[in-house]
Amino acid sequence: MTKSVFLGTVAAATVFAGMGLAQEGSTLAQVKERDELNCGVNTGLVGFAAPDASGNWTGFDVAYCRALAAAVLGDPNKVRFVPTTGQTRFTALSSGEVDVLARNSTWTFSRDTDLALDFVGVNYYDGQGFMVRKDLGVTSAKELDGATICIQTGTTTELNLADYFRANNMAYTPVNIDSNAEGEQQYMAGACDAYTTDASGLAATRAAFADPENHIILPEIISKEPLGPAVRHGDNNWGDIARWTLNALIAAEEYGVTSRNIEELVRSSNNPEVQRLLGVSDELGAMIGLDAEWARRAILANGNYGEIFAANIGEQTPIGLARGLNAQWTQGGLLYAQPFR
Amino acid sequence: MSDTHAQTVPFVRDTMLPAAPPPDRQAGAVRWLRENLFSGPVNTVLTILGALIVWFLFVTFWDWFAHSVWNASSLSECREIIAATWGEGARGACFAVIRERWNQYIFGFYPPDLYWRPTMTFGLLMVALAPVLFGASLLIRRVVLAVTAVVTLGAMIVLGVPAGWLAFTALVLGFGLYASERNIAWLLPFSVIYPLLGVWFLWGGTLWGPIFVLVAPVLGWLAWRLLAGRAPMLGAVAAGVVTVLFWLFLAGDAASDAQGLIPLAIEPVRSDRFGGFLLSLTIGVAGIALSLPLGIVLALARQSDMFLIKSLAVIFIEFIRGVPLIALLFVASLLLNYFLPPGTSFDIILRVIIMVTIFAAAYMAEVIRGGLAALPKGQYEAADALGLDYWKAQRLIVLPQALKISIPGIVSTFIGMFKDTTLVTFVGLYDPLKSMSDAVRANIAWKGIYWEPFIFVGAIFFLICFGMSRYSMYLERRLQRDHR
Repeated sequence: MTKSVFLGTVAAATVFAGMGLAQEGSTLAQVKERDELNCGVNTGLVGFAAPDASGNWTGFDVAYCRALAAAVLGDPNKVRFVPTTGQTRFTALSSGEVDVLARNSTWTFSRDTDLALDFVGVNYYDGQGFMVRKDLGVTSAKELDGATICIQTGTTTELNLADYFRANNMAYTPVNIDSNAEGEQQYMAGACDAYTTDASGLAATRAAFADPENHIILPEIISKEPLGPAVRHGDNNWGDIARWTLNALIAAEEYGVTSRNIEELVRSSNNPEVQRLLGVSDELGAMIGLDAEWARRAILANGNYGEIFAANIGEQTPIGLARGLNAQWTQGGLLYAQPFR
Repeated sequence: MSDTHAQTVPFVRDTMLPAAPPPDRQAGAVRWLRENLFSGPVNTVLTILGALIVWFLFVTFWDWFAHSVWNASSLSECREIIAATWGEGARGACFAVIRERWNQYIFGFYPPDLYWRPTMTFGLLMVALAPVLFGASLLIRRVVLAVTAVVTLGAMIVLGVPAGWLAFTALVLGFGLYASERNIAWLLPFSVIYPLLGVWFLWGGTLWGPIFVLVAPVLGWLAWRLLAGRAPMLGAVAAGVVTVLFWLFLAGDAASDAQGLIPLAIEPVRSDRFGGFLLSLTIGVAGIALSLPLGIVLALARQSDMFLIKSLAVIFIEFIRGVPLIALLFVASLLLNYFLPPGTSFDIILRVIIMVTIFAAAYMAEVIRGGLAALPKGQYEAADALGLDYWKAQRLIVLPQALKISIPGIVSTFIGMFKDTTLVTFVGLYDPLKSMSDAVRANIAWKGIYWEPFIFVGAIFFLICFGMSRYSMYLERRLQRDHR
């Protein structure tokens, strides 16, 4: 009796484990079967990803997740946002807890190679800057020799800061902080002369001060922080989908396709590039395992790149970021979507 | 006898002098101050220093509290109101953020139209706890249950509960009050099934799930009954195997089949909607309820004479106590995913509860071992002399005394564990202290707010932990058997 029960258990466990392994397959198939995209986002970063009072996620990175869900599943709301911290983000991606990571992560050599991530593109070109009080009389980061600087630990900004000061033969005293909110407190309390983080974060922080006019952001940008969505190594088709969804949003802005005029362009546009993008001619969607209208749905989800930028972090919002490097290449920026052909 | 001295002494007073009031310096507030605050030079200096510190804190922070704004929709609006009311340069607290986001601090991202469900779960928790925590005192029980009933029903009505569920809650609470007056033991069956009910209320889904989870031990019991007569050991093994196998392979399918036949489902709520104090309390209550029995078992195992059991207990306890809780949480949230087959979703809150439970249980085991060690050897020997077997001796003689000795340590572990639930912020869950505040600050309207959420969350944590602490002191007094 015991023996047969035991053997039965072993057999059942084997079958169970086998079933589990058999389910492993392409990310696209998993997402479609689940009918939901698991998207890793920041636990809360102004303008990029934040839940509102009723728990709905909005933001610049969130918009990308919604566009991807619309392209793959046909519904921008079929996304489960998985909040990830700076420590858990890459493990969450490589362990399969999320399908794609859109969490303002800098694309670096070691992350791309050693951590086995595939960055599918850049959705925001950021760079590290400094903010100081105006009455300090400093106008350039080169004058910060001997300053105390508030710096978030465990980030690329910490390393950049050390590099920059060493390269310019200057000394500084770091004040280590854990989060942006803590950094603001320390800076406001005068614990440090300068506060350094990504320029987009500095702009948002300054905008939230009671006296923004008394603080200036120094002109030097001391690092390159190309932020982009990432997928894990080993599923190139899923990487293609993620990459070309981002490209579709960028190309749409370049070709003047917006969420408002898209239906009209589908019917009347005679620009062959637009026709291919919107699935009117050729069958680009089939090449990545999607239908012909995937890009159309991605653009309709939140609009093209420019619309997403303007709605979440652009100059009309309180954060008020200028396009700068994030303008289209035709406007002097760095955004350059590969051709849809 | 009274006139013994009548001849020898000229005058004998036969009434007592009226009691004179003590000198001013030895009475009332003056005496209290002298004895407690100014009893010597060192004490006097310390008192003055302490008073100065309190005064300094008051002066420094008073205006900030006094200028609190409760009605605003953003931090900048708060600042405008403060500037308009108290003049330019005045500072003040902006508690409007609590007023606008309190629901997220309490319920996380739980669907707002279902807020009544956690409220009901919490109210019924008190009913389930009454026979366990307040079994001895009718007065305390009456007060606790009456207050719970009024608050729960009131809150549920405000939160918009459907009439049927309101009636259900009122019924259970009413029965709780009735049973509390007549015989509190009537509530024990409810306490036993409450964990499953609570899970169902919070997460929703089909009622058949909890029902079939309950069916498994019943089947196991049947298997035990069938086999126990012939081979007791085999019976126990079969009971365990049947229970676990039923849980693993049949309960899920059976529940969905039964749901197909007779639908008994409420709206499901996913774990990622949990947050704030709902999350902390869910993890905390589950951890507390599970870690105490597990801790007792571990403590007894560590005292055991059986080498294997003892070694396993020692290894478990020392390993878990030697690893930081955050490391365990990371294992729960990240590492497990590598081992589980892809596509299996093992609920993150369940994973965290398991880790928090085994963490607290390891500490609990050592606290209880302290109690066991403090017990005089004579008690063990007396139990043996009475002819009690091991389990009876533990149940009737040893554990009641050992647990009583350990109460302060046990409650300290509980309080520590409850506060540790905020560490789930590191695995991306929305604890009330950090993650939720960061999420609120990530909205441009509240960016830059800092102390107000900490004060609000800290105050609630203090209330809960202080309540636990007072309860442990009450329990110690109630269980006091010696004379002082």
